[in-house]
Amino acid sequence: MAMIEKIPGSDLIVKLPGGEVLLTTAERVLKWSKSSSLWPMTFGLACCAIEMMATGASRFDIDRFGAGVFRASPRQCDVMIVAGTITIKMGECMKRLYAQMAQPKYVIAMGNCAISGGIFYYDTYSVVKGTEALGIPVDVYIPGCPPRPENLLLGLMSLQEKIKAERRATK
Amino acid sequence: MQPSEILDLIKAKFADVSVEEQTKALVVPREKLLGVAEFLKGGELAFDRLDCLTAVDRGDKIELVYIFLSMTKRCSIWLKVFLPMDNLKIESLSSLWRSADWFEREVYDLFGVQFLNHPDLRRILNPDSWTVHPLRKDFTSPDFIKKPQ
Amino acid sequence: MITDETAVADAKSFETEEFFVNMGPQHPSTHGVLYLELKMDGEVVVECRMHLGYLHRSIEKIAENRTYTQFIPFTDRLDYLASMNNNLAYVLTVEKLLGTEVPERAQYIRVIMAELNRVASHLIAIGTFAQDLGAFGTPLLYCFRERERIVDIFDEVCGNRLTYNYIRVGGVQDDLTPGMDRKIKDLIQYLRPKIEDLDALLTRNAIFLARTRGIGILPKEMAVNYGVTGPNLRGSGVRWDLRKDEPYLVYDKFQFDIPAARNGDAWDRYRVRMEEMRQSLRIVEQAIEGLPEGQAAVKGKRAVLKPPAGEAYVRTENPRGELGFYIVSDGTTMPYRTKIRAPSFSNLAVIPEIAKGLKIADLVCVLGSFDMVMGEVDR
Repeated sequence: MAMIEKIPGSDLIVKLPGGEVLLTTAERVLKWSKSSSLWPMTFGLACCAIEMMATGASRFDIDRFGAGVFRASPRQCDVMIVAGTITIKMGECMKRLYAQMAQPKYVIAMGNCAISGGIFYYDTYSVVKGTEALGIPVDVYIPGCPPRPENLLLGLMSLQEKIKAERRATK
Repeated sequence: MQPSEILDLIKAKFADVSVEEQTKALVVPREKLLGVAEFLKGGELAFDRLDCLTAVDRGDKIELVYIFLSMTKRCSIWLKVFLPMDNLKIESLSSLWRSADWFEREVYDLFGVQFLNHPDLRRILNPDSWTVHPLRKDFTSPDFIKKPQ
Repeated sequence: MITDETAVADAKSFETEEFFVNMGPQHPSTHGVLYLELKMDGEVVVECRMHLGYLHRSIEKIAENRTYTQFIPFTDRLDYLASMNNNLAYVLTVEKLLGTEVPERAQYIRVIMAELNRVASHLIAIGTFAQDLGAFGTPLLYCFRERERIVDIFDEVCGNRLTYNYIRVGGVQDDLTPGMDRKIKDLIQYLRPKIEDLDALLTRNAIFLARTRGIGILPKEMAVNYGVTGPNLRGSGVRWDLRKDEPYLVYDKFQFDIPAARNGDAWDRYRVRMEEMRQSLRIVEQAIEGLPEGQAAVKGKRAVLKPPAGEAYVRTENPRGELGFYIVSDGTTMPYRTKIRAPSFSNLAVIPEIAKGLKIADLVCVLGSFDMVMGEVDR
């Protein structure tokens, strides 16, 4: 279960009468606002990038989920949608880009190649077999080659559900 | 101009080129490559484009295949050079056709053929720190998983 | 008091030095994973070094361990914007090795699919080109909206939106669904005014002209020597198109023109692509009118092919240039060597030459006007 950030002053608020209710409501607002404004990073590597662009276009319109603002700089993004095959050369850059993203950050692995290497699993010498193989934790996997834009939207909605189910860390 | 006429013209000028039966490709010895290429490019024949340059690993030798195209004469011609595995050096054609530049870098990267007088011979597709040549038939590596049949 | 003379004298006494800027591999304007190492003098590019290989998926090595039919999905993923054309080039090479005859209905269907895919590919090329220049949103969304209509046809015919795996050795995967010819005719009637809309939006726009005219001029001799093909070559004045000059399939039965421009700048390349879309719709219209009856789907889809030992090289006209497949067969079910001559690989080689002296914003324009897809550059 993913963990939500600590609201400042929550230790004091909990001790006040009715403080727990206040805190939970504040956390619900925080989770709702986080999930409704996930800004993706333009990390389209290969064919899945075209389906990601089609999802951002007017027919499927990812903007109605709040995620239409594709930023190029990792420092301004919340979610990295890994769309496409990861090669060894690109894997180094990817680790650096993931480290440059600010918390809270999420990763969606879109397409078979980002999940496990896809059709490029066998007989290749230069493909990283999935995002997890690089050491980057993935929140949502979207299978497909390429996944339809509806699938990407379902993956985004699953990420939103996952964010809304975050719990405070118990001591 | 028919390809057979071109082949006859080249065979008349250069002594030790031969024609491969099945593909009608000119087989040129390594030393004569630059001379034949200059003859193909200039003047009468005017093969103005090097379409494709690739290599095939034949086990004990590497076969380089050059495919030229002449847009004015509307014909294309193949050239082949065989290099023994222990001496993979050949002249670069990048002074005549600039498209040879990157093709030769790719052949160097994937097969290990050294092109002499190339302006910038370094790897193009694989990381620069690699020392292996992946498209050779005897290539293995720990994370090279072969598909089970 | 600062006058012109003192300002110039001051500027000369400044010490400046060149610095390096990394453009890519993750960059919104490089159209894929391309790494450019730029040596800049202020805003002007002095030298441009290109690093490839960030999408090298070793497809040529994979080909040595797959049967001929199993390799067709891999050809989809080379130039993923024009998958039908990639399939076509590969399948034509295998058919040359085997010596198979393709029924005429299948040839017409192949032409229809290839030309529709050319329109879809050019739409994305123009949309992303305009996006990079700063026309943020409208041209790109117009182009994607038209592309969705084309992709709906592909979806119905072969089941996928991007990687079709439709053109097989000896024919196509399945015949057209009933009512499809009506849908394609309606699509052509729908697309023609939309392309004119796009033309009216961009071609004579003052800002677009200022950004693209005279930028990135590619001289004719340099283009031919570097092996540049496709709309980039035709934008520089060489009227060479494989559909007319070395016809394959049934292209010699159709009437269409080959556009070419004179100057070789970014605006010319864009106009060549616009006109090619109109000509492609002309070809599709003629093909769908004259579609013969007969067998189109290939019998025995799962048959394992065993071409006789030999070599073949076939070139076709991709939306980006000439795509060639060189296959060496040793008589077994798997090829001995497959080499893919990708058009974007040779097109890209000329960019460091024409990038010298450009401002960095103009370099973005040149990259967009060359329309490359990194999937086929790196293979």
